Amino acid sequence: MPSNVIMPQMGESIFEGTITKWLKNVGDRVERDEPLFEISTDKVDSEIPASASGILKEILFPEGETVEINTVVAVIDDQTGSVPDSEESGDTVSPRESEQAPGRDPKPEAVDPRRGLRASPLVRRMAQEEGIDLREIEGTGLGGRITKRDILNYLSEREQIAEVTRPLVQQAQEGLGPAPSDQDEIVPMTAMRRSIAEHMISSRRTSAHVTSIFEVDMTAVLRLKEAKGDEFARREGFKLSLTPFFVKGVADSLKDFPILNASMVGNDIVYKKDINLGVAVALDWGLIVPVIRQAQQKTLAGLARELADLSHRARQKQLSPDEVQGGTFTLTNPGVFGGLIGTPIINQPQVAILCVGAVTKRAVVINDAIGIRSMAYLSLTFDHRLIDGAVADRFLSGLKARLEGWSDKIF
Amino acid sequence: MELAGESAAPSPEFRAGLAVSARPAALQGARFGEAPKDSEPVCLGLDLGFRDYEDSLRIQDRIVARRKCGSLPDCLLFVDYPPIITLGRGGKREHLLAGPKDLRKRSVRVYPAGRGGDITYHGPGQLVVYPVLDLKAWHRDIHRYLRALERCLVEMLLDFGIPSETLPGATGVWVEGRKIGAIGVRTSSWVTSHGLALNVNTDLRYFDLIVPCGLVGRGVTSMAAQLGRPLELSEVRSCFIRHFARAFGRSFRVADREETLIESWPEESDFPHRQ
Repeated sequence: MPSNVIMPQMGESIFEGTITKWLKNVGDRVERDEPLFEISTDKVDSEIPASASGILKEILFPEGETVEINTVVAVIDDQTGSVPDSEESGDTVSPRESEQAPGRDPKPEAVDPRRGLRASPLVRRMAQEEGIDLREIEGTGLGGRITKRDILNYLSEREQIAEVTRPLVQQAQEGLGPAPSDQDEIVPMTAMRRSIAEHMISSRRTSAHVTSIFEVDMTAVLRLKEAKGDEFARREGFKLSLTPFFVKGVADSLKDFPILNASMVGNDIVYKKDINLGVAVALDWGLIVPVIRQAQQKTLAGLARELADLSHRARQKQLSPDEVQGGTFTLTNPGVFGGLIGTPIINQPQVAILCVGAVTKRAVVINDAIGIRSMAYLSLTFDHRLIDGAVADRFLSGLKARLEGWSDKIF
Repeated sequence: MELAGESAAPSPEFRAGLAVSARPAALQGARFGEAPKDSEPVCLGLDLGFRDYEDSLRIQDRIVARRKCGSLPDCLLFVDYPPIITLGRGGKREHLLAGPKDLRKRSVRVYPAGRGGDITYHGPGQLVVYPVLDLKAWHRDIHRYLRALERCLVEMLLDFGIPSETLPGATGVWVEGRKIGAIGVRTSSWVTSHGLALNVNTDLRYFDLIVPCGLVGRGVTSMAAQLGRPLELSEVRSCFIRHFARAFGRSFRVADREETLIESWPEESDFPHRQ
């Protein structure tokens, strides 16, 4: 099975690296953990070990090229032809998966090992210059080969499609808007801001975003939280918030709807074995989405602990790159700022994101009487390419039922 | 420690070749501020003594290999160099201003160095420190690592009454726009090597041979030049160790005699087989 070698992220504020030296040639045998190439970033040169053993099948970027992180730079073939272990290759090294790191503009890969995609050097260069992902193009040449004409056709199509979204990022970059006056303050975007901006636009371009909204009665959960909150704080050393309840509810509901915990890779649907829940954490300087791994196996208290730890460390800038990667579904919680309903953008390559609005007391009709209940809006933005409205609504109604009739213990 | 344990006693030549064992006092004199905490990971201090560049790189490589496979803890290497010029990966040959004749006259040798950064000068009176740290256990962030090294130097200089600063986009430590500390790092599977050079009593005239770090129009300075008097290198070193230990949460320990006999380590165990 071929496995992809990617440009690693060498630090939180590092988004690209320059390949300075390939230590192996195409056709060489490499061992896992053996130095494969060298990169340089700022004042640091780094030797990057091979992520797998096998034959170095392809080098996609020459020495001297600067490449964004998570871009596939080489392919190693272990020559076993076996089905990949979903943890090893299916989840972590597939090219689609690698796009989930925010800010990664889809970069070209000359060869997609899964589909045996072929293109001439000219076509590859054109694709690279234009920032085209070759996998998105249907080759019309011999044996599905992508020709120059295919690229040109694709480009003109893309221009039409992108017209709506393009101005957002590009206007800012090219200064197409009204010229700033002397009184205006001009501040360059931070790398994090740029990467968020690019990720948002590229997600909009990738998925067919649709949002469905449910209203949920949180009174039962709030009562439980009030009853057990003090004991929890004594035991755990931190306050129990509402977020763990949503995380737990989502993790349990996703078990019933695995399609929402999936990814689209080419023409395949990849159902993820683990539920790795990304939870958006707002920072003073941006936003980061740490990931709770294998959320399906964790208890409410366990999830609460992990959440507290991750968000604390996110604010201290102490998360490691793998703690913000590999999410399979995302939860965002603008409710903490008072937001009632949000229609978030999907965190690629995931297919859905749940937005939890503020829990507020509202007058509601129950059995033809008016009562005061603690209500919240749940909105689910999903990729309509893969998920039908009915499925999304069944997921939401299951989640609603779980939260309203909360029966799990806290401890 | 299984470092040199199994091997036969080192031959006298080896021992003689190691300035390390000859002057452990320089490290032992280090003031640690507070007693090492058991909970903190150890950082081993190794004084390589006075060496030529190739020799010191060879030893550094062996230490890095051992750090990678976990047979050594994090290390802090100290080395003294004769006047040399090293050219980092990003280094441009035109930043070497002196011709071969000039260099020969001053007996300065030029070496390529497998570290980041541009050209730099090393020589007597400089504090050269090579931390060999596994960043997998320290945030996995090389920018953060550079910033931490810079901060160590800035805080240390302040202890000597020298206010210094760091400049965004120009890694290193500066005093009034002149460079006092240079940084150039390499990592291999997140294990660091190379490191920093601080001008303590450095003869600054040697810097006329190069454009330091490729930054045109910026001068260099030293602690001695700032204070108007030479300093005891060992004192600067102890002070650096203290700040380093605090910044990285390491308890510092001077290598014992056996551990310093690097050259007698069996060669093959530098590259143990890994599954």
